[in-house]
Amino acid sequence: MDEIQIAIAERVAEEHRHHKKAQFFWVWGVLLVLTAVEVYLTYQNMQPATMLTILMGLSLIKAALIIGFFMHLRYEISLMKWLTMCSVVGCFIIMTVFMLWDARRVVTLGLK
Amino acid sequence: MADHVVPHDVPSVYEPSLFGTYSKKIGMWLFLLSDSLTFGALLYAYTYSRISTSNFMGQTPFHSESIVNATIMTAFLLTSSLTMVLAVRASVQKDQKNQTLWLLATMLCGAGFVVLHGREWTNLIEQGMTLPMFPAVPGHAGNPEFLDVVKKVPQFAATFFTLTGMHMLHVTLGIVYLGVVALRRKFIPILLVLWLVAWLATPSYSPFHYGAHVLLLAAIVCGIVVWLKPKVYDSSDVEVAGLYWHFVDLVWMFIFPLVYLMSAKIL
Repeated sequence: MDEIQIAIAERVAEEHRHHKKAQFFWVWGVLLVLTAVEVYLTYQNMQPATMLTILMGLSLIKAALIIGFFMHLRYEISLMKWLTMCSVVGCFIIMTVFMLWDARRVVTLGLK
Repeated sequence: MADHVVPHDVPSVYEPSLFGTYSKKIGMWLFLLSDSLTFGALLYAYTYSRISTSNFMGQTPFHSESIVNATIMTAFLLTSSLTMVLAVRASVQKDQKNQTLWLLATMLCGAGFVVLHGREWTNLIEQGMTLPMFPAVPGHAGNPEFLDVVKKVPQFAATFFTLTGMHMLHVTLGIVYLGVVALRRKFIPILLVLWLVAWLATPSYSPFHYGAHVLLLAAIVCGIVVWLKPKVYDSSDVEVAGLYWHFVDLVWMFIFPLVYLMSAKIL
């Protein structure tokens, strides 16, 4: 790495030094609890649509915790946060609009 | 002596990073964004098959045993993310010993995940839920329920093995990546031993018998990398490796509910 890159890396490392160990254990605990809730819901014989909605909601919370705390994105600058998250979410919205709508269309038309 | 003209409108090398961090980390983020689209496409393919196939819901084969196994696998990955973040923390505190220990703990949790996943795949294949490209299992007639799933909903096996196989490959390469960061050159012979064990210990009909060669390829690539650019990996390298590892964990947070929990048959 050149000098400027080393300087930036040192500054980022300095920021990481202030992260409390307990915070990471808390996040890990919450992730395990959320996983346990997901498994518990599986045994409740819920309607698939309701269950899918709840499971995806919990998965998004877990994803946010991992990205925010473990991947440190919440400590990055706003431009980094918005650009990374908006681009990937935008792509998934496009995939949803095209693929899932088409899958439902296949069901409606009765094509095999 | 003529004065040098400094063009102020041209960005210099000393301009601060646009994203406020070093380029290696930005590069990894860009890779992870592109990789998330790969997994996104596979997850959507699975969901598409599921929605567009009328008898999919009644045919999915996961009983309590599979759910318990997948839950333990999830716990392994979540714990590995904790040990990874502790490795990053140790690296920025220049605590080399703890950095190596936490990285090895992360690799161990990842290996636990791969072993449990491999065991699950082997059970499914032996019971008849397989792909045409996998060799037939000698001496196993197969479970009628699983054979029925393959016959009526072939999309399930295709999307299941592609999605989970791609994820397992990512975890395996993640373990290799962390091994190189933690042990550098010393990891290459260990990788070669692991390749030999994985190749020779698995039966010839198992997909892992051929899949083990990924470790040989990884050993060759890592050997070239550490030979061409020998270095002591610093905190930025550990952090970038950590980003990759957490991403693998993140992807599983969607595979686990979509593929396993939504497909559970609780009896």
